[in-house]
Amino acid sequence: MIAQGKVFKYGTNVDTDVIIPARYLNTAVAEELAAHCMEDIDPDFIHQVEPGDIIVAGANFGCGSSREHAPIAIKASGISCVIAPSFARIFYRNAINMGLPILECPEAAEFAQSGDRLTIDFDSGIVRNETRKTECRAKAFPDFIKKIMAADGLTGYIAAKRASAE
Amino acid sequence: MGMTMTQKILAAHAGLDQVESGQLIEAKLDLVLGNDVTAPPAIDIFNQTGAADVFDREKVVLVPDHFTPNKDIRSAEHCAVMRRFARTMELPHYYEQGEKTMGVEHVILPENGLVAPGDAIIGADSHTCTYGALGAFATGVGSTDLACAMVTGETWFRVPEAIRVELRGQLSPHVGGKDLILFLIGMIGVDGALYQSLEFTGPGVASLSMAERLTICNMAIEAGGKNGIFPVDDRTLDYLRQYAPERFDKQQYTVWTADDDASYVRTIEIDLAEVPLTVSFPHLPDNTKTVGSFDPVVIDQVVIGSCTNGRLEDMRLAARYLKGRQVAKGLRLIILPGSQRVWTESLKEGLLEIFADAGAVISAPTCGPCLGGHMGILAANERCVSTTNRNFVGRMGHPKSEVYLAGVAVACASAVLGRIASPTELEEVLS
Repeated sequence: MIAQGKVFKYGTNVDTDVIIPARYLNTAVAEELAAHCMEDIDPDFIHQVEPGDIIVAGANFGCGSSREHAPIAIKASGISCVIAPSFARIFYRNAINMGLPILECPEAAEFAQSGDRLTIDFDSGIVRNETRKTECRAKAFPDFIKKIMAADGLTGYIAAKRASAE
Repeated sequence: MGMTMTQKILAAHAGLDQVESGQLIEAKLDLVLGNDVTAPPAIDIFNQTGAADVFDREKVVLVPDHFTPNKDIRSAEHCAVMRRFARTMELPHYYEQGEKTMGVEHVILPENGLVAPGDAIIGADSHTCTYGALGAFATGVGSTDLACAMVTGETWFRVPEAIRVELRGQLSPHVGGKDLILFLIGMIGVDGALYQSLEFTGPGVASLSMAERLTICNMAIEAGGKNGIFPVDDRTLDYLRQYAPERFDKQQYTVWTADDDASYVRTIEIDLAEVPLTVSFPHLPDNTKTVGSFDPVVIDQVVIGSCTNGRLEDMRLAARYLKGRQVAKGLRLIILPGSQRVWTESLKEGLLEIFADAGAVISAPTCGPCLGGHMGILAANERCVSTTNRNFVGRMGHPKSEVYLAGVAVACASAVLGRIASPTELEEVLS
């Protein structure tokens, strides 16, 4: 699987309250959530994002609340992947469960700037910065998580497990 | 190799003698929890799986507390999804507004006797880690994890490494568990315990009340922690005897202790006597400062309550500082007892009258303003001192508003003086 797009760059500790403010959590409709994605730190994001674009951020991306609305909003906005040196653990789980690809890459913060174009090969974990002609390697998913991703998220994984048990 | 307390609980629930950090396991769960924000999407997913019933009616807990009493039509519709599901599935642990056992989820689960030492609990709310105070493993997950756990009664975990927090001595007067956890987060950072357990230990533990331990574990997530956990001691068992008498009498709980040779990524030693009154400045919980060390910060609002500091002990403490005093002119003090039980006890003990006399708004139990839901939203450029757990951009309202996190003592002193203040100042200024 390959993803390609331009970069939206953010700092460290991007929390779920700025990814999708709680005042919008009285809905779980993906498109409605996406309309407010990142608005408290980057009101332009939702107007500039195009399908395939990539968020590159500093450490501890997705810290804070357990709201699955955060990866849902990011995915529905068109973002194809989030790259950061580390992710908050609930966000990490939620992103996998929702099928939003996220890659841990220690040098992510220095590797790309806003507007750079990246190509990501999920099988090899190689991220290529087309604008700067550089490459870096991200950590691949462990096998167990690959299985969840292959089943298109945890719901599919559980359904398959139930089917095989019956 | 030895195991930490958390690892032992996880091993027991995975049916394994031994686990090690980094290992992926599937564990059986004693309790799964959802609220009015996270349960409705989980119910959708639950229905998609084709499951006819939850894995165990006694072990699924649903709590409407974030946008309740329903703040608007959309919130009402959200809550209605959960209400209907609870009714259809005949879930005994659905807590409706106004019931004697209702309230903010992490206040009522321990109060209603649903948590005991050795339990493994997940909740679709990041502050589920609160229950580590009782020597249980508890951690926050998202709606999909909640849905799948409602079907199977199991979930997957990556066995965490641990930080050992060795406590000694006793907290100084006016300083509480909230100051300790803010101080610790300030020390290690909002990702200082990322993916890890915070295991509290040492002779200082005995001096901390259960309410303080609940406050401390509640905020383990604010250091990125997977869970926070306290050893089980006499105070834990007294608490269990009071709130979960049946489980206590039948000894339906397990006391785990860390092995002597358990491995920790680091050990942090804290002399409780050296923990200062601490405030987290905007916009991260680790942006801590010692009260008295900064220029005056004038404030517009004070919030006392939440799953962090909405327990009866917190209300008693607030009454102690507010008795016979007045909220500063033009400032809003909003007090939210964390549960109907806390509210009723506060009424019986005369605390609510003290709050009303001081000029406070007294709310029904709700998460309300903590997450910027309702009941105290901030305008641009307004500042609030809050006993809640997060001060992110826009957390309590306008993205240009500011939240300063503190314990109950500092919150009360600040409400009376109209600026961030210590309880000692309160006594000096007014005497």
